[in-house]
Amino acid sequence: MCLAIPGKVLQEFEAGGMRMAKVQFGGIVREASLDYVPQAKIGDYVLVHVGFAISIVDEEEAARTYETLKELDQLTELNAPEIDDESAGRRQ
Amino acid sequence: MKYLDEYRNEGVARKLLNEVRRIQTRPWVIMEVCGGQTHSIVKNGIDFLLPEGIELVHGPGCPVCVTPLETIDKAHAIAAKPDVIFCSFGDMLRVPGSDGDLFTLKSRGTDIRVVYSPLDCLKVARANPDKKVVFFAIGFETTAPANAMLVFKAKKDGIKNLSILVSHSLVPPSITYILQSPLNRVQAFLGPGHVCTIMGYREYEPISERYKVPIVVTGFEPIDLLEGTLMVVRQLEAGRAVTENQYSRVLDRDGNLAARKLVNSVFEVSDRKWRGVGWIPKSGYKLRWEYKDHDAEKLFEVKEIDTKEPSICISGQILKGIKKPHDCPAFGTLCTPLNPLGATMVSAEGACAAYYAYGRHLQAKHETTPEPETAARGAS
Repeated sequence: MCLAIPGKVLQEFEAGGMRMAKVQFGGIVREASLDYVPQAKIGDYVLVHVGFAISIVDEEEAARTYETLKELDQLTELNAPEIDDESAGRRQ
Repeated sequence: MKYLDEYRNEGVARKLLNEVRRIQTRPWVIMEVCGGQTHSIVKNGIDFLLPEGIELVHGPGCPVCVTPLETIDKAHAIAAKPDVIFCSFGDMLRVPGSDGDLFTLKSRGTDIRVVYSPLDCLKVARANPDKKVVFFAIGFETTAPANAMLVFKAKKDGIKNLSILVSHSLVPPSITYILQSPLNRVQAFLGPGHVCTIMGYREYEPISERYKVPIVVTGFEPIDLLEGTLMVVRQLEAGRAVTENQYSRVLDRDGNLAARKLVNSVFEVSDRKWRGVGWIPKSGYKLRWEYKDHDAEKLFEVKEIDTKEPSICISGQILKGIKKPHDCPAFGTLCTPLNPLGATMVSAEGACAAYYAYGRHLQAKHETTPEPETAARGAS
């Protein structure tokens, strides 16, 4: 679980004082904080670990790493349930 | 795609392997630290491709594996309290404590939620002001910035019903601990790529120097692992011992300074127990005093927990590189991923679970690890 997954920054927004982004991982889009990579912008590829971008990588590196993680079956964390303000009130 | 081929290219792999073969004059024992690397090595059979005499042993870098049984039992005790919502990464749900796992507790009606990111817990805490929300904050240095941000935000935004149960481990003290063991066999390390993406690799340099041990920070793709191995073998054969970076396309010597700064403001270094290994001085994080109101250990009275690991399990020796899964009589028989007896089988990134997943329990023993008495040899 120490591996970071590369994705593409699609959209930026602000939430609760944090700089957030929609990041695309293959066919899945999830939210991630950009607070640790303030220089990241839309179109960049970032390594994301548990909802935080930790490094910017180039497109080739992103594609390679994504394929490797897929082969190693290390993308399952992306399937964790989405928790938004509404579902946060309910049991899973 | 050309760029995918570049790192899978059989020709590149063969060149690297030939070069290792060309320069190698004697046997060497190399440890890969990170569980992700172990997984990649076993899946791709990299340890079988390397020339005879280059032995890869598997390190302690799986945070799920090394979370102590006491902490897991503590998590269960807190989760079972009626006014608690317990949040965890999915990986921890199947890890058995002394009495069942979180998944079983959840199926019995305990409010346990799987989160993708620690930040999800802020939403859960805001939406449930009458409940105490507790997050199981496990991980190595890679995960620390995310867990630190959760607590930082909770304090800043005045979210009083959120706390974390910390079980954070640090890589450099664990490899120092391995090197200090009188039974140590490890002569060089492949360092953990994504841990160093956060931390950089300055703190590994004094370890290389003091213990005369090459450390090469390495990625986890097959070509990365072969190149990292070549880089350490070059150093070993030349009698050099420095820290180098094979993964420079992702990280530099300083790591992510913004992340490190927040981690240092929220956590401080503390002694920590590692499952299968025991206490290692200054090998983990605990919350700083300023964050005591968000520290689940302080907020929840959990009486001393007495745990017992099966005596047959040799995971402690496996995590230190002294033994390998095949050396264990229980591997693949009494001990399987569905019924794990110890640290290295409880998570897919553990060495025993990786060996099992790729069918190595069905193979004849590839090799048995030499007995420690005859294997003990210093790197210097």
